[in-house]
Amino acid sequence: MIETALTDLTYGFGVALEPHNLMWCILGVLVGNMVGVLPGMGPLATISILLPLTFGMKPVAAILMLAGIYYGGQYGGAICSILLNLPCHPPHAVTCLDGYPLTKQGKGGTALGITVISSFVGASWGITEMIFLAPVLVQVALQFGPAEVCSLMLLGLLAGSTLARGSPLKGIAMTVLGLLFGLVGADLETGVPRLSFGILELYDGVEIVALALGLFGIAEFMKSINQEIKVDLKYSKVRVRDMWPSGADFKKAALPMFRGTLIGSLCSLIPGTGPTIASFVAYATEKKISKTPERFGRGAIEGVACPEAATHSSVQGDFIPTMSLGIPGDTTMALLLGALMIQGIVPGPQLISQHPDIFWGLIASFWVGNIALVILNVPLIGLWVKLLTVPYKYLYPSALFFVCIGVYGANNDMFQVGETMVFGVFGYILLLMGFHPAPVLLGFVLGPRFEENFRRAMLISRGDIGVFVERPISAVFIGLCCVLILAQVFVWLRGIKRKRDQALRDPESVPTSPQTPTATSPAE
Amino acid sequence: MRHVFKIRKDYYAGGLMILIGLVAAIEGQNYTIGTLRQMGPGFFPVALGVLLIFLGLLIAGTSLGESADGDDSVLPEKLEWRGWFCILAGPALFIIFGKLGGLMPATFACVFISALGDRSTTVKSAAILAAGVTVFGVLLFAYLLKMPMPVLKWGLS
Repeated sequence: MIETALTDLTYGFGVALEPHNLMWCILGVLVGNMVGVLPGMGPLATISILLPLTFGMKPVAAILMLAGIYYGGQYGGAICSILLNLPCHPPHAVTCLDGYPLTKQGKGGTALGITVISSFVGASWGITEMIFLAPVLVQVALQFGPAEVCSLMLLGLLAGSTLARGSPLKGIAMTVLGLLFGLVGADLETGVPRLSFGILELYDGVEIVALALGLFGIAEFMKSINQEIKVDLKYSKVRVRDMWPSGADFKKAALPMFRGTLIGSLCSLIPGTGPTIASFVAYATEKKISKTPERFGRGAIEGVACPEAATHSSVQGDFIPTMSLGIPGDTTMALLLGALMIQGIVPGPQLISQHPDIFWGLIASFWVGNIALVILNVPLIGLWVKLLTVPYKYLYPSALFFVCIGVYGANNDMFQVGETMVFGVFGYILLLMGFHPAPVLLGFVLGPRFEENFRRAMLISRGDIGVFVERPISAVFIGLCCVLILAQVFVWLRGIKRKRDQALRDPESVPTSPQTPTATSPAE
Repeated sequence: MRHVFKIRKDYYAGGLMILIGLVAAIEGQNYTIGTLRQMGPGFFPVALGVLLIFLGLLIAGTSLGESADGDDSVLPEKLEWRGWFCILAGPALFIIFGKLGGLMPATFACVFISALGDRSTTVKSAAILAAGVTVFGVLLFAYLLKMPMPVLKWGLS
């Protein structure tokens, strides 16, 4: 098995090191790294904006670049957290806790150095996991009938919507909304235009670029406008030679790094638990098992190493279900799958055998990209710090132009720019009502395939809904779904009880949200 | 006007979901629903619509038992009408100028108007930013990426 994996990997390196592909991969990580640093721009918005640019590219180059933006953005987000105490990206919110105190003590360089090393260790493990685990998963998944695929998708959708940020109920509602958006347009079997309300342009369905850029572009701009982010550059002068950690620091960080890696890879195997949860769990664990928990929050190097390793190991691990089963674990993955589908590639277990260049090329490009990131981050750190000072008032008008031209360029259709505006306003209204619109995209991408498989499963079973629990593999997935729902109900009930107890103890205090696991909440 | 919106955020949230669910469920009845064994195109819209109504009821219902937090109004602290208007005017002008005048005026108009949404931006700085993005955008999209959109034209054609 190791031998075949090595042969495939060598082939993958051949693909990833083709000058054309290499260029797009490096460009992807560079752009990702850059926007990761910029306050107020997340990888989601960046991938959406650059998605239309990839339509003209070959599928391999397109996916290498988009993936590069995703994991490159994670490197950038850490810089923002450590040097400025700005949790621009939710997975790195927890890094602020110890990263910023380190910066204040003049050890920001060391923190960044440890971050780069932890990230690389975490990512390497995630990639290795993918090399060995994905083909096994594919072997299993190839046996799946429509009923199994359906239950698995249900599990993915449920996990993706309930384990993400915010209220689980609202998350599920957003996923259902996404499924509804996915229905718009001609029905697969009969060709009847559905939910298009007589608008001719909607017969082909909702455009994924318009949906993503409306919800994550325009809606975000409307939320962030005129909200000055205070950038304090007092401590952020970092010299390259400070970045190499001392032997003592390295020793302190080594074990937490591996623990974080392990936690991250475990989290990535559960669909729906992305890097954010991984990093929070990692930090909490590290603090719990530490002999000196009081150092955490005051500049403990472990508090940087562990969550960062977890983030990166989970980021790479997220690609496993996405590429091998065609079930995205979170929104960014859903967007990447959408990009593949636009290129005419059907995601699912057959992807590895039908498009080995994409799968193995992607894996090899992870290594290439991560090494490039390590090398780039050292000399460019000064430039990134300067970038942090670019004010939002210059950023969003330029981004808005990229949104417009990107949506237009997808199909050379002005109607879709209008569509984006509508989704933007709608997305902002959702944000105001306390929804997180990210799961909409998850439902949207999986929706058509979910319906197709559901209808097929029902046709085979002659309309017997029991087929989902009669087939053993499918029953396991359905069982997991039930566990997930029950767990959420339990958490909710416990939250109410705790609130009531608290109110009884001191009636003056205003109870806070029961959903926040730690004292910090990610930037939302 | 703000106090009108001071009713629980979750009532609005649930209400919106119920509304969307109703629209989907009612519209879905225009297509053949079919049976479980032979589903028609209307089956999923109706099923998802009903599910969304149910979820909307749950969202509004579960907020009943909770005490009001300070953060319960739907509208944000400050109403940014100018910002919102300018951000939406950007794409709108992009569509209009794109159809009438081509890429160059569309880009300029889009960036210029949306930049004015920020309170500290002056007309001059917005114009400079818009000019910069226009030059960059035209070079990138028209000449490098060869997008089939005329750089400059006049009238609908």
